[in-house]
Amino acid sequence: MDGIHDLGGKSGFGRVNHVGEEPVFKARWHAKVFAMVNAAARAGAYQSVDQFRHAVERIHSEAYLNHGYYGRWLGGVETLLVEAGLLSTVEISRRALKLGADNDDLVAAQPQASMPKEGGIPAGPELEQPKFSLGDRVRSSNLTPVGHTRLPCYARDKTGEITALHDRWPYPDAQAHGIDAPPQFLYTVTFDSAALGFPESFALNLDLFEPYLTIVESD
Amino acid sequence: MTDHDSPQKIRAEAIESLLIDKGLLSAADVDAVITTYTDRVGPMNGAQLVAKAWIDPKFKAQLLSDATSVVNAFGFEGGQVDKLVVKACSPQDHHVVVCTLCSCYPWAVLGLPPAWYKDPAYRSRIVQEPRLVLSEMGLSLPSETRIHVWDSSAEIRYLVLPERPAGSEGLSESELAALVSRDSMIGVARVMI
Repeated sequence: MDGIHDLGGKSGFGRVNHVGEEPVFKARWHAKVFAMVNAAARAGAYQSVDQFRHAVERIHSEAYLNHGYYGRWLGGVETLLVEAGLLSTVEISRRALKLGADNDDLVAAQPQASMPKEGGIPAGPELEQPKFSLGDRVRSSNLTPVGHTRLPCYARDKTGEITALHDRWPYPDAQAHGIDAPPQFLYTVTFDSAALGFPESFALNLDLFEPYLTIVESD
Repeated sequence: MTDHDSPQKIRAEAIESLLIDKGLLSAADVDAVITTYTDRVGPMNGAQLVAKAWIDPKFKAQLLSDATSVVNAFGFEGGQVDKLVVKACSPQDHHVVVCTLCSCYPWAVLGLPPAWYKDPAYRSRIVQEPRLVLSEMGLSLPSETRIHVWDSSAEIRYLVLPERPAGSEGLSESELAALVSRDSMIGVARVMI
């Protein structure tokens, strides 16, 4: 999905706020959210990291940008807890009102309503051997899936080179949606920054799954 | 409004109290998270690997060819390193790590990521103008140094092996480890003596 989470190559966020040392958890509620994410996994609210990442991607975009990292996690875990039927939005909101929340507070989680009807880029069949070899030129997919994918917008429909093979991994585009799919081969693809349309000269490395890629035949 | 009564804090505590009511969470779980990621999991683990690589060429070769086995042998807790890849900086090549889609980070060797690593400014810009971003962050690289950006888009996690600083020849492994900053292992700083 082309959500606000897909930040690579976007503009308008200013300089990096690079401060020195900071506490691991700036506030105790941050650690509470961390513990809740673990508790939600134990309670079966989600089965994969991909499902959790997708839940975070589906929160309100204004909250994504303004609520900070643990605010995003909070939105993600609430989404999963409600979608799994472990808590309801109404009981959370009632409890929050008792604890001093306002009725017009922006709630990050948008359970159900934010769930796409399809997954990401469709998985390929189960394969024993990787399709691509080191040095192969490959082009990335130009698909804009409604569901979860790990192919960022800035690297869609671009040509790069296979520079590492990483065997097979669970396929995020299916796992995030609870879709059954065989593990897919994973590669590091190196793009020249010029091929991505960026002004500086550098090498950009991305780890991309086989279904995202097609071979580019040399002349 | 202060952090103490932010809507996010209140909503987090509402969910926390409901999960406690249902027996799905306890206050001890929260304390365990704080203790784990404050005391036991952090950049000191990665710094140990870097210092050892600086003094032991055989270990460095292992780290660069199969960091996952090396890290498994150390038994660091904290997770997020199913497969670890280490990239060594040199005067010719500089490596820097990001996760543009979320905030993937090798927890077991670096702990939890700093706020700037997770914020939109770093995630959006380091993949389009890394030289400028690094210089704004205090790391000016010579124009002949090639920059390699690693966007952690799958489960492979990346750790940067910074260059050993000049003048550190007489230092012990533990003295060297104390010099190695978190930022140098993400690739946004040099190790300074």
